[in-house]
Order: sequence, then C-alpha cells, then structure tokens
Amino acid sequence: MSEKILEIENLTVNFDGFRALNNLSFGLDTGELRVIIGPNGAGKTTFLDIITGKTKPTEGQVRFKGRNLRPYAEYQIAEMGIGRKFQTPRVYLNLSPRENLELACNRVKGVFSTLFKRTPSPEKRTVSGLLETIGLVPKADMKANLLSHGEKQWLEIGMLVAQSPDLLLVDEPVAGLTDEETERTGELLISLAQSHSIIVIEHDMEFVRQIARQVTVLHQGSVLCEGTIDEVQNDPKVIEVYLGKEESQHEDDLRPMSQPVSAEDAIAT
Amino acid sequence: MTTAQIERSGTGISRNLMVEAAIVLGIMLFLIFALPLLMSDFRLNLTGRFLALSIVALGIDLIWGFTGMLSLGHGVFFTLGGYALAMYLKLQIPANASSQLPEFMGLYGVTELPWFWKPFYSFPLTALMVVLLPAIVAAILGYLIFRNRIRGVYFSILTQATTIIFFNFFNGQQKLFNGTNGLTDFKTLFGMEVSKPGAQYVFYVLTILFLAATYALSRWLTSGRFGRLLVAIRDDEPRVRFTGYNPTGFKVLVFAISAAFAGLAGALFTLQTGIISPNSMNIAFSIEMVIWVAVGGRATLVGAILGTLVVNFAKSMLSEKFPDIWLFFQGALFLVVVLFLPSGIVGWLRERGSDTFKNLTGRRKRSMTYPSLEEDPEVDYERKNTRN
Repeated sequence: MSEKILEIENLTVNFDGFRALNNLSFGLDTGELRVIIGPNGAGKTTFLDIITGKTKPTEGQVRFKGRNLRPYAEYQIAEMGIGRKFQTPRVYLNLSPRENLELACNRVKGVFSTLFKRTPSPEKRTVSGLLETIGLVPKADMKANLLSHGEKQWLEIGMLVAQSPDLLLVDEPVAGLTDEETERTGELLISLAQSHSIIVIEHDMEFVRQIARQVTVLHQGSVLCEGTIDEVQNDPKVIEVYLGKEESQHEDDLRPMSQPVSAEDAIAT
Repeated sequence: MTTAQIERSGTGISRNLMVEAAIVLGIMLFLIFALPLLMSDFRLNLTGRFLALSIVALGIDLIWGFTGMLSLGHGVFFTLGGYALAMYLKLQIPANASSQLPEFMGLYGVTELPWFWKPFYSFPLTALMVVLLPAIVAAILGYLIFRNRIRGVYFSILTQATTIIFFNFFNGQQKLFNGTNGLTDFKTLFGMEVSKPGAQYVFYVLTILFLAATYALSRWLTSGRFGRLLVAIRDDEPRVRFTGYNPTGFKVLVFAISAAFAGLAGALFTLQTGIISPNSMNIAFSIEMVIWVAVGGRATLVGAILGTLVVNFAKSMLSEKFPDIWLFFQGALFLVVVLFLPSGIVGWLRERGSDTFKNLTGRRKRSMTYPSLEEDPEVDYERKNTRN
C-alpha cells in the first residue's frame, strides 16, 4: 500500500465570511498524478495557496509527509519539497533562462552559502540537461522577457523540476498554449509523474484526458466527486454543476467556444 | 552546452573582468596623479567630496537598483558614520589643554565625558564604528521591516520616519552632540592638521581607494547567484519564497551593507568638509541621493557614481553662478530623467548607445529579436522588402 504524501482534513478557509474552501478533505498517494477540475470560483487556486502556505486555513489541517504545515512559512514548505507553478507564468524576466534555473536549482538556500559558494558543477549539469528538456538551449542566455508565452510556461515547469520537489503543484500549465505545445506539456508531466507526486489544475478537458488517471472535481470549496475521467464525466452531479441551470455561465470553462452544446459533448471536448 | 563552451565563456568573463579592472585602475591613477595638477585645491576638495558621496550612491544602487527597496533614509546612516569619525577627531585634545573634553561640552556645563564617547578614543574602534554602527542600525530596522513583509512605498515611508526620529534626537542633544551645530572645528588626525592641503590630499586619495573598494565589492555582490537573487527579489518577491528562499535575510544583509557604505561615505565626507551636523539627516538630502542614482542609471553601479558626479558638479557650478535656480534645475533634471531617460544615463548608453554608435559607424545593427529569426533568410527577405 502506498503512503499518503498529502492529507487534508476538514479544511475550511474563510475570507471575511466567504468560504473559499468549505470542509474539504483530500488525500494524495505518493507517486500519484491527480488532476483537479472545477468551475471558476470553485476554490482551486485557494487550495494551492493553502498547501504552499500562502494562505493559512481557518479550520482543519494540511499534512505533508505526515507533518502539519500550519506553522511553516512559504519558503520552509518549499524547502520541505513542495514546488508550485503559477497560473500565469512567473519567471524572473530580467534573468536568462539559465539563471532562472540556477536559482531554482540551488540546494542550500541560505544567505551566505548563496553569496560565497559558486554554482557547483553537478548543478550546472542539471541546468544544462533541463534546458535541453524544455527546449530552451538556443535561448538559454537571453533575457526571459524575450521568451514567448509557451516558452515561459515551459521555463517555469523547468524551474519547478530544478527545485526537485517531491510534490509538484501545477496550476493551468497549458493555458494559452498551442495544441502541439499542450501535447508536449502533457508528455512532460507524464514523464515527471514517474518520479514525483503531482497535482495539476486544468480547464482543458482534452489535456485532462491525456494525462489524467484520477480526477477530483471541486465545487464551491468542497470535493464534489472523485474518480477516473470517464466516471467523472458521466457523474450527474458534475454535469449539473457544469451545465445545470446556468448553462451559459459555466460551460465556457470546459468547452472551447462554438462547439456542440449537448451535455455529454460539452464535457467530453 | 558542452564543457568546452562553458570553459570558453568562463575565460571570456575573466577577460572582461581584467579589462574592467584595467579601466578602473586607469581612472584611479588619473584621479590621484593627474587631476591635482589640473585643478585648484578648492576644486580638488570638491571632487573628493563628490567621490565620497558616490559611495553612498553605490549603496543606494545596491538596495534600490538591484533589490528594489527605495530607501529615503540613507542620510541617517551617512550621518552616523560622519559622527563616529567626528567624535574621534573631537577627542584629539592636546595633553596640555586646560580641559580634556571637547570644547562644546564646557559650554553646556558637562564635566565628565559621556560613557559612549569613550570608545572613540581608539582609532581602530572608531574605524569599526564608522561602518558597523550604521550597518547594525540598518540590520535591526531592516529585520523588523522585512520580517513583517513591509515593502514598496511603506518601506520608503518608514525610512523617512527614521530620518525624522534621528534628526530630532541629534538636534536636541546639545550636551552629547552639540545639537544643531554639529561637530566641527577638527584639529588633528595622526598628528596631521586636518585642514591643511597636504592632509586634504591624503583624504582625497583615501576616498578614491575606498570608492574603488566599494565598487569592487558591489560588483562582486551583484554578479553571481547572490546578485541574481537580488534581482529576483526586486522583480517578484513572493515567487522567490515559493522557490524556497527566505528573502528577509538577503534583504537585511544588502540593506546593512548599503548602510555601511553610507557610513563610510559620511566619514570621508566629514573629513573633507570639516563638519558633520544633523542637517545631513534632513529628508531632502536623502532624496537627493536617490536622484543621483536615478540620473546615472539604476542597477548599473557605474551609473550611480557618474550620476553623483554629474548632479553635484552641476549643482556647484550653478549655485555659484545662479544661487537661486539650483533647486528648479534639480527638479527639472529629475523630471527629464524620469520622462525621457527612465534607465538613466548609463542605462541609455547601454540600451541605445551601442546601436546608435554602430549605426553611425555603419556597422550592423545589433539583433533585437531571436538570433534564429535574425538569421532566417525568409524573415530577412521580408524585412528588406517591406522596409525600404
């Protein structure tokens, strides 16, 4: 039986009376790749904020490898082995991709070791290898603000890997990417899943179908249902949440515009 | 990248460093040996003061240009350094003098030297205090501010508030620091009369040496991973936390180093002006320091030095000829820089200057897009046919 790397129990986050997360429980096995979907405002990003320590829970707790994360600051949680990729790519625009990766790759992140120690050559090799993986070798030494959106997405995924966390939190990795880039991103995530535990948040259902084994649906701050992609798509509760009465409001999340409108199709696309 | 390439770029970097060191050395030799022949003692003294001020500017560039913290309170650290050295100078009392206290204390009826003056009998301790005192104050202040994640405008406001507190404290302590008059009328340092041209020349050379040393230190700090992390903190501090770094320590260290620079500058400035008073803690002076860096170019280091010299020489020339308009000119200068040269003189030279130069001399324009695009024959063809 595989150990749980992440356990969340009865988690509630209250923003001035608004419950962004409501009595949410969640578990992730070591080595699992899990996709979280849910309509806008379901609490997906808050969920990542809680795990990474950006927001502290009002009630309940998050345990990572059995340790309660509440007392730790963001950087300590990152050091414990949780890496995060943001919804819009956040790379350091005034640094080159190589420098971005070297910063993330740094093993000892104290002030003085960063100041006095030169980048050790194993780290340099890791960085060179990663640059190849993410296809940025030709652009390794130009400023990152010259990269295209897709390249920035990939660079940020590269930074995440350079950090070598045990748990990767990936927020909308394919937003704004072309179909081809999306597919390559999927392959990258699947290959990463061999050695990491990963949580992916995504709207693009085709992409979800490509990578997902287990899917969790969030709705109004709680888990609506969990299961394989087919189970989830055929779950009447999910269909109702996505399409239900306010059809025109929610369907855009799942379905590119000008696509068939029937319930089944909307989720399948 | 293969190892051979890494090595090659490595030697490239060290060759660039050698060239830079040679240029710095050349400028130093010129300043030390040639300039005194070209200038009157008065002008040379002014140059020395401005060079001292550019040490503060380097400090401001480190925290503002590279780390993105706009300090409007560096006058405090500058003054602390100045006072530390001035206290030592005030204790250089001839053994046969009637009172063994600095003369202002007699005026206010002080009969015994306050305890905290005592360490300043020793020169090594004084030299240490010149940099340590401002650094410690900055480290404590910085730790409290940064740990609570106070940033941006709020940080600037807090540094301004600090200047007011320190100003009022020094201004009000007649018995301890001679209040608003400050410490002045220095006599001797190591037996030299400090106001003589010979001694002033020594201070001038010292200033140049310290400026070179602080420049080298700043270059070292801002190159390598530490420097990149400072830029990362400037551009996206929350992201740095999620990468596993705690920005607080880095910011405290840089803020303290920057304050130490200011203290050193204050001491050198005091030697060359012969006075330090609470006046240099007034807010306008701290803001002026920021203007020097903005004019020269943020995050360029050389720009900080250049900006300080340009603004201050302009100030002294203009205020000699038209004493009334200097402030207007300074305001106008700042506006021009913000509106037309947002990256300062050096920033502009780096961004545009080399292109302009190459265009003028007919050499190829530097590529502004991806190299792959630049070399793409199709793109090249299109460009030729659409432009002309």
